[in-house]
Formats: sequence, C-alpha cells, structure tokens
Amino acid sequence: MRTHPTPTASAWHPIIQLDKRLVGRARSLAIRAAAPVISLAQERTTVSVERAVLRLAGLRGADPTTGDGDIPWVNRVVDAVRAQVGLERGVAQPVWHAMRVYGYDDLLDLAEAVTAGTVEFELPFGAAATRAHNAATRATRAGLRRIDRNRATRDRLVNKHGDPPRRPWVYLIVATGDIYEDIPQAQAAARAGADVIAVIRSTGQSLLDFVPEGATRQGYAGTYATQENFRLMRAALDEVSKELGRYVRLTNYASGLCMPEIATLAGLERLDMMLNDSMYGILFRDINPQRTFIDQRFSRMIHARAGIIINTGEDNYLTTADAVDDAHTVTVSQLLNETFAHEAGLANWQLGLGHAFEINPDLPESFRLELAHALLARHLFPEAPLKWMPPTKHMTGDIFRGYLLDGFFNLVGALTGQGILLVGMMTEAVVTPFLSDRDLALRNVRYVLDAAGGLTEDFRPPRGGFIENRANEVLAEAVGLLQRITDEGLLNAIADGTFGITKRPVDRGKGLDGVIVKADGYDNPAVTLMEADLGRGESS
Amino acid sequence: MSEQTQHPDIIRPYGDTTGDGMVQVSFTLPMAPGPKAEGAALQLATKMGLDPAMVVHATGLGGGESAYTFFVVYGRAGHLVDLGEVVVREREYPLLAAKEANLAIKATLRRKLIVLGACIGTDAHTVGIDAILNVKGFAGEKGLEYYREMKVSNLGAQVTVPELVSQARKDRADAVLVSQVVTQRDAHLRNTRELAAAFREAMGDHRPLIVVGGPRFDPRMAEELGVDRIFGRGTTPGEVASYLVHALANKELLRAC
Repeated sequence: MRTHPTPTASAWHPIIQLDKRLVGRARSLAIRAAAPVISLAQERTTVSVERAVLRLAGLRGADPTTGDGDIPWVNRVVDAVRAQVGLERGVAQPVWHAMRVYGYDDLLDLAEAVTAGTVEFELPFGAAATRAHNAATRATRAGLRRIDRNRATRDRLVNKHGDPPRRPWVYLIVATGDIYEDIPQAQAAARAGADVIAVIRSTGQSLLDFVPEGATRQGYAGTYATQENFRLMRAALDEVSKELGRYVRLTNYASGLCMPEIATLAGLERLDMMLNDSMYGILFRDINPQRTFIDQRFSRMIHARAGIIINTGEDNYLTTADAVDDAHTVTVSQLLNETFAHEAGLANWQLGLGHAFEINPDLPESFRLELAHALLARHLFPEAPLKWMPPTKHMTGDIFRGYLLDGFFNLVGALTGQGILLVGMMTEAVVTPFLSDRDLALRNVRYVLDAAGGLTEDFRPPRGGFIENRANEVLAEAVGLLQRITDEGLLNAIADGTFGITKRPVDRGKGLDGVIVKADGYDNPAVTLMEADLGRGESS
Repeated sequence: MSEQTQHPDIIRPYGDTTGDGMVQVSFTLPMAPGPKAEGAALQLATKMGLDPAMVVHATGLGGGESAYTFFVVYGRAGHLVDLGEVVVREREYPLLAAKEANLAIKATLRRKLIVLGACIGTDAHTVGIDAILNVKGFAGEKGLEYYREMKVSNLGAQVTVPELVSQARKDRADAVLVSQVVTQRDAHLRNTRELAAAFREAMGDHRPLIVVGGPRFDPRMAEELGVDRIFGRGTTPGEVASYLVHALANKELLRAC
C-alpha cells in the first residue's frame, strides 16, 4: 500500500471522551440524510460534468473567433450536442460517433467544425454506439492517466523534498489578480515558511458557467482559476520546493458552477488541495442545489483519483451565524461533507474538513469554548487533516488586538492537532494584507508553534470538565439537527433555511438550466473508469 | 501646552503628555535591511512631518536575502489639528429603538415598510448586508428582519442591477439596501453609480430610497453617486432602521402636502 503524504501523521489519540452513542447516531443520520441526494446526483448530469469529460479527453483552448476568445471549445461542443441531440445520454457517444463519421482524429478539429456549423450530431446505436463508447473511453483514459502520473509525481517529489517539518501545515493566501504578480509573492511566502499556497479566485468566477483560458493578469479580489495559471503556479512552487527542500503545496477553489471542470484541471496540473464544499455554493452563492450536488460528486471523484486533499467551507457558516449558538451546524456540515466525500471515493486523509475560530472574544470563556469545538472536530474525525480557519468576524480593524486574537487562534491550532492552519491576518477586513502583515502573521504562527507546539503532550482536559462537556453538548445538538434534516429531507431543510438564514429551494438558484436527467444508455466513460478503479460497478 | 488652553480647537496627538505630538507608524521600504535602509526610513518619516523621528524596529521581510525592510517608527508630528476645519456628516435623524421604529412605521406608513437588500455586481461578500438584515444583526443590535413592521428580503450575493430593479418594482420596495465590499479598481463606486442610474431610468421619482453601505465608502459621497444615503464602516442595523423611518416619514409628509 502506498503511503500518503498527509497533514495528520497518524490518527489522533483521544484526550476527551465523546459519547460513543452520539457519535454512532450522528454518522448513521448523516448517511441517511445524504442518501436521497446521492441518488439524485447519480440520476443526473450537468453541462459542466459533460464538459469535464471533453477536458479529460484533451480538448482545451477557446474559440478565437468570437468576443475576446472567452468561449472555451468544450462549451461550444457541449452546447451544440445539447441543442441537436440532447445530453440525456451524455456528450461522449455523440461526440466520438461524429469523430468517426466525419473522420477527425483531433477533438479540436471537431470543435472548429462544430463552430462553423458543419457537424450534425446524432445518437449512435448498436455497434456504432459501442465503437463510440470505446473511442471515448480510450480518449478519457488518457486524461485519467495524466492525473495518475501527476499523483505519482507528487509522491515522488514529497519523498525527495520532504513534507513540512511540523503540523499544522501553514496555509497562506496570495491574490493580486495577476498571476505574474502572484508567483513571486507565493515564492516569497514559501520562503518565509508557508507550506501551502492558496491562490484566491477572482470574486465573480464561481458564477461563470465556463472556465476562462490562459494566463490572466486582471481579476477582482483574486486571480482567475485557469489551466494555464494552475500550470504556471505549480511550476513556480516546484522551483521553490527544490530550493527549500520542502514540498510546497498549491490550493485553488473548485466551488461554483464549474466544479467538475476545475477539479479536472486541478488533477491535470497537479494541484494538491482544492476548496470543495458540498453546500457552500448553494448557501453562499445561490447556486441551484441539484446542480451543486451533481457537480460536487463528479468533482470529488476526480479529487479522489488525483490524491487531492479537499478543504470544506464550514468556517463560512460562522461568519453569518453565531459561533456558539450555531456551533453544531458546523458539525452537521462536516458530517455531511464526510458522507458525500466517502461516497465519491475520497479517503479520510483527503478530508480537510473546515472549522473556524469565530467566537466573540468578549464572551467569557470564549477561548475554552474554541478549544472544546476544535477538539470535537478533532475527535469526531481523527484521521482527517482538519482545516483550521482564523478569526474574521471579530477582527474590527484594531490590528493590535487582532494580532493577539490570531495568536490565540494559533494556540488552539497547536493544542488540538489541526492539520492545516490558515494564517490569520491582523489586517483582516481592513486592507489586502501588506507584505509586512504576512510576515508578522507568519512570525506569530512560528512563535506559537515553536513555543507551544509540544503542549499537546501535556494538555489533558479533565473528564467531565468544561471542555469535554461542551464538546458533547455541541455533538448532541448536531444529532438533533441531523434528526430533523433526515425527517424533513436534506433538500427541504436547505429550502427552509436550516443552514444560515438563507432559504434555497431546490428549483431555484443559478445553473439549474444546466442540469439534465440521464436517460437509459447514458454513457460517461470517465465516471465508468473511475468507478471501476474504485472497485464499484457502474452507477445508473 | 498653552496653545491648547488658548485655542481649544487646536489639538495635536497625545503620546504620554498633552501636546507631545507623538505618533507611531509602520511601513515597508523595498530595500535590503541595513544602515542605509534605516536612514531611508528616517528620511521618509521626516517628510511625513515627524521630527524628531526614531526608527525603533527594522527587519528584513520574507526570509533569506531580503529585498524589503519593515520599520516601526515613533516620532513627533509637527502638524496641528484644527477642529474648526473638520467637516463630517452628522447624523440628521434620531436613533430609535426597534420598538420605537415599529411604532413610527405604523403611525406614518400604516403598512409594513418593504426593504430589499442585495450585494450587486461580482461582489460576493454578503457579510455587510447580512449584518444589517439578518435577525442575528451586528454589534449587539438585531437586524432589520427582527423589526415587526418591516418586510425584509435579502437577495444575497452577485445580484445584477436589472434583477434588483425588477424585484424592487415587483415587491413595491420602499427602500433598497446595497452593500459593497470589493473596492478593487473602485468597483464599489462604479457599481453604485450604475445602480442609481438604473433606478432613475426605470422608476424616476417613484424609485425607492437607495441606501448603500460598505467599509470603504465615504458617507459624504451620497449626492455625487446619486443615492440617498451612504453608510460606512461600523454602521449598526439600528442606525439604518432609524434612517429609513426618518427618510420615509419625510417622504410621506411631502406627499401629503
């Protein structure tokens, strides 16, 4: 068996006792709550899932003849197939049937002909369908092999350069909007101690129904996620990994309307972590729930295959809801994320489940409550590399107080065995971090980890004490909420505003028009190959 | 010092003694650490009006052979603050408790006050609008959803201006609240102008009250941007609610005349 580079060296050894009955109940309820949504996702596909199949088969680039050249070829082809024969049987069969009928060897030639209007798609049957299926399988297998090779390369580089010397891994964000500006900043951050570099995306990207192309130099509050930007940044971090003798990981964001495609590009360009939450798009971006769950499933299968660690977005709940009253919603979401992730083939070491230090610091015992919540997550998911997110809501602009708060946040991270620590900025909510803010923030992390990293050894909250009781209390509340969600149905619960105050009905939100119910004979060679390799039969 | 007793409107920063003018600043210069860098920092501090200035801390950033030096500088600011020349926008309406606001709406509108909130453009940061609208509220004050006499819809993030206009018309909104966090390339100002223009064009004088908020707005810019009111950093739901009640009551009075 291969060993996985992971920010949790081994499973966490319990230091508090969670009520075993509650833990078992929470897991079984999460599985029951997720089941109908998984069936829904298995019975449907989306335009982005179908585009991801073409991307795996190597179709890249954008149509240069229209606009700014920002309509990718995969969109052109999938839209044409949908308009002519529908996507109910998937894009693969009509496309590879057309490749044979028109005598093309290269998908790009077909895409150009599609745009010129000279291709008439048809649904193949019988032997023609088998031939199309086989050709599509060969083509998508090439993409999956590239993903496999990237995973092997990562393993090799980690062996060669080594993993970060300590846990948690230090996760730092860069985002200038310009990939060529991001690169030196990311390299500088790595030299200053960052183990994971996240390139935040341009704000609007999650709602684009296409993936932009090429190296980009302009974005809003972030840099566009494109295949070329991924490649450039990974190459730059490989360079600095070699220099530092430590493999520096790269993170980007899969969430949004193009989850399946961005996940695919991440696999093709050897990204190491991806933000991928099961409900974030629904709740915070008003993306249609069906679209989100279908896209999420495919994207997570790709992440599983690519050996990518996902980061979920539970921290977001606490920026709008109260971190004490609604602490259990984080736990519920973590359990649902875990269930969906396992179903998609992700292993525990790939689950960077999120949580955050967002309790009002003016509240008495706020630090003990933070410890209790963090330990709950740690004990509930002992093998997962939890992602610990810094305070944002109570960063008021008083940078001096904020710096202290970040120090306490780092201390909780060290004490509770967090896997990935997102570095908090004292200038959070004030300005885009200055170079000096980042440096000070990293000094803060280093100080706390060096001074108190070993304290986990001595830290044993007493049986039945404040921390253990609070952890069990939140777990009990989570079980209560899961019970309600299971009774009501997860989709209804989302529609009713159970998570946050936002109500998200199943037939509303962005991207619903890109959802297609599969028909008999639906063929997605990528999914078939991935499921076969997971040792499962074909779904639907 | 004596200048302050003679001119109560003239003040200067307070370090540990009245009139000492002491301030602290930090900044980064793009050069390697060393005596020359500290000299450069002093030169900048002097040009900023700090005299004498003291570099109390200088360190290279980013590890290795650093090309950047971070400084903490203390110094005496020679500048005087003339309070007589300070212009701010004072609150022009009384601050009401939720109960009082509800009563006032009942008395003047005789129906529920309809509020529509959104983040427009590509801005996905709903923190601001959520703090004002969500029941949970902000800074210990409950959000507008908590006000019994208000009917609040929060359209959430990345709403287009045309969507917002048509929803406002459909709901017969009395007030539209828009929050803008992203300010890159002045997107917040551009979006606000676009918003104001769209409402003006679509609804003319019958447009709802347009209220914009965000941490980087200057509340004095309302008129220039074509909106009714701008709220800056730290605004609480109670302030927004009080303003809405005040502005809409005035509007009703004008209509009655």
